[in-house]
Amino acid sequence: MKKSQLYILAFILAAIGFGWAGYKYQVLKFPLEPDAEVQVWTIQARAEFNATGGPNQVELQLPGRAVSDQPGFVVLDERLISRSYGEQMTKSRGGRQVEWSVRRARGKQSLYYVATVVRDEHEWVDDSRPRLADEPELSEAEQAALDTVFDEVKAESADTATFSRALVRKLILDPEDGGAQLLMANRGGARGKAEFLASALAIRKIRARVIYGLILTQSNATAEVLPLLQVHNDQRWVTIDLRNAEEGVPENFFLWSRSAKPLLQVDSDDSPNLTFNVQYNLADAMVMAKRRSEVRNRDLVNYSLLGLPLDAQSTYRILLMVPLGAFIMLLLRNFVGIKTFGTFMPVLIALAFRETQLIGGIALFVTVVGMGLLVRFYLERLRLLLVPRLTAVLTLVVLLMAAVSVVSNRMGIEVGLSVALFPIVIMAMTIERMSIAWDERGPSHALKEGFGTLVTACLAYVIMTWDRLEFLFFVYPELLLVLFALTLVMGRYSGYRLTELLRFRALATEQSK
Amino acid sequence: MIFNPFAVAKRLRKIGLVGINQRNADYVLRYNKRKFYPRVDDKLLTKQLAIEHGLPVPELYAVVREEHEIEEVHAKLKDREKFVVKPAHGSGGDGIMVVVGRRGSKYRRANGLLMTEDEFNHHLSNALSGLFSLGGQADAVLIEYCVEFDPVFDHVSYRGVPDIRIIVFQGYPVMAMIRLPTRMSDGKANLHQGAIGVGIDLPTGRTCKGVWGNEPVKEHPDTEHSIIGMEIPHWDDLMMIAATASDMSGLGYVGVDIVLDKQLGPMILELNARPGLAIQIANGNGLQHRLQAIEALPKLAATAQERVAFSREHFGTV
Ligand SMILES: Nc1ncnc2c1ncn2[C@@H]1O[C@H](COP(=O)(O)OP(=O)(O)O)[C@@H](O)[C@H]1O
Ligand SMILES: [Mg+2]
Repeated sequence: MKKSQLYILAFILAAIGFGWAGYKYQVLKFPLEPDAEVQVWTIQARAEFNATGGPNQVELQLPGRAVSDQPGFVVLDERLISRSYGEQMTKSRGGRQVEWSVRRARGKQSLYYVATVVRDEHEWVDDSRPRLADEPELSEAEQAALDTVFDEVKAESADTATFSRALVRKLILDPEDGGAQLLMANRGGARGKAEFLASALAIRKIRARVIYGLILTQSNATAEVLPLLQVHNDQRWVTIDLRNAEEGVPENFFLWSRSAKPLLQVDSDDSPNLTFNVQYNLADAMVMAKRRSEVRNRDLVNYSLLGLPLDAQSTYRILLMVPLGAFIMLLLRNFVGIKTFGTFMPVLIALAFRETQLIGGIALFVTVVGMGLLVRFYLERLRLLLVPRLTAVLTLVVLLMAAVSVVSNRMGIEVGLSVALFPIVIMAMTIERMSIAWDERGPSHALKEGFGTLVTACLAYVIMTWDRLEFLFFVYPELLLVLFALTLVMGRYSGYRLTELLRFRALATEQSK
Repeated sequence: MIFNPFAVAKRLRKIGLVGINQRNADYVLRYNKRKFYPRVDDKLLTKQLAIEHGLPVPELYAVVREEHEIEEVHAKLKDREKFVVKPAHGSGGDGIMVVVGRRGSKYRRANGLLMTEDEFNHHLSNALSGLFSLGGQADAVLIEYCVEFDPVFDHVSYRGVPDIRIIVFQGYPVMAMIRLPTRMSDGKANLHQGAIGVGIDLPTGRTCKGVWGNEPVKEHPDTEHSIIGMEIPHWDDLMMIAATASDMSGLGYVGVDIVLDKQLGPMILELNARPGLAIQIANGNGLQHRLQAIEALPKLAATAQERVAFSREHFGTV
């Protein structure tokens, strides 16, 4: 196989791994760190009204749930609270609404809608069809005043957007002259003024409407509904902030409704009360990312590790680190040239250290292997065959560990107690391998290899239990593809190993003379 | 002087020193087909093949395959004073026992220690259960003629048989060394067990430089005789045997271990599909330039004679 083919394969794998992880990080907002937090707003809309006793119908406009419905946020969760009312969510061209209905109700009523909202950067798609608002009913004086205002505004504007902005400035921001004041008198608050502007623009055949939303800040408070004026310039909707006549959606604006209908409509009450209460919180980024991907596509979660039961998840947290441990082995063996017993024995030992912690693990390992070696040398003199001898050593390892546990328990140390999963077989094999090396290659060789194994295991342990890394690989398991690609590339490393340089060092100096 | 890995690596690259990674990636993996490995990994098979190809090997006295055959072996060996016990799949000298004599029912090993029949049986049983074989699979044990080494090496060996290692690449011998047992290596000629490696100049068949461990040496540490400038007898035969043995193995990159017997001349001990790299230290030369010279040949010569002639002409130690 050609080298270039290998590199291409590695590149593709790495690209897939990084791309996938990048998508999860950028779009689904999966966190990189275990204790990362995200801003969460809980918005409570409270509808209050009087009921007269008969059947009653209540309609509340709701924010869109599709991701593209919102300029800068997304609704992760929502809830309705309505004791005796029947509820039904409906979708219409103007947006989404809930219809509450009841047979009989009397007195003061309150119904609630609660939404959990997080930030989300994405494209805001608004393909609602523009139409002309109804023209306002005006007295003759008002009509004349409006014409003058229109003419003045027209003189200082170039297109629909600038025309509308100039109008906002003239009528709302500083209505100086008498005409403007006449027009804006008795138009109510910000909402009334905004609606008047939208209808007035219809006279000049400009399609305009008012949208409603909240500004989400980092504090808890009752929020005022903020109306924004939108005009259509034949290509798209242009949003105009009525507070300053600026173009564009103001920062932190959470769109509630763009329907022409009032936010809250109650059959029995002409002036129902709608209040918004916003709570700001920080929440676990992981949980939110999971919810966020569910909102996008359920399968993103169902077909990922996050969809597994919790105990399986915690198993995978550990398992996903094993390739990383093996990768470290690769580095240490092929680049540094450290000698160890068995190819992946150190990784297994490192896994075992998880149970005992590092210091305890090393102490236990050294004690058990050391004592096991002594006994193994004695067994050697009894001339047991290989398999019986291994069995004997294994039994011994278990007994030794039991002894260590009991003794350390008496001494009040906890090390020995958590060894249940310490791979006994691995220790037995280590003892056997080491004693052969001891006999055949001499004690120094055996100790060197044993030491190499232990050092490698410690290093693998430190890296495999680094919780940031563990978290990263658990949340982004596709990073293993990158590791895979790296392994492929390094699999063809044919340069010197560090220990080789030391070994052949004499040769280098000899030649340079 | 401080150790600067980059400077060392640069100089080693200039000499053409082949490292383990490079040996594996560029030579072993590329030129040695897996299916031919048993021919060199199984010493019994190697021996049979060598006999078929008319190559000299130590005579096989007995093969032990099963536990129960161990007891019978003593009877088979009762007329033999000297012999060598060797696991068929062993490597690196593991499990090899050189018996050089008897005292009563006990065997005397090359290192002078006596061994009871019981201990002997135990060793065989260990070998059978795969203690010395790679991966620990069950193994067979060979018992063969113990080579009486040529007295030319008497004064540079400590109780054992020096062997000659020749690396053969695509049928061309490329580098050679002789390995001299020391007290430390227990009569065995494996470098990492403490034997000395001495490089041999291919054109002349004379020894030139020596290493013990990783240190350059000029004298044998036990006998204190010079190890430089010795002439290896039967040099041309040795090269021919190596070249032919590599053909027989089917491997493109192979190490051939040969010993010189007093009466019987050169004999093949074993072949290695992954010969070690210390031969480069022993010669003070890197392998790479020579290997590349062969890879650059437009056509490989067909006969062993031609290839040996080419190697003797081009691959002098510098
Ligand atoms: N037949 C023999 N006679 C004398 N010594 C031997 C014999 N076979 C092996 N030896 C000694 O043991 C060493 C290792 O033997 P070898 O066949 O190369 O096995 P390994 O694969 O373990 O290296 C040899 O270098 C030699 O010194
Ligand atoms: Mg050998």
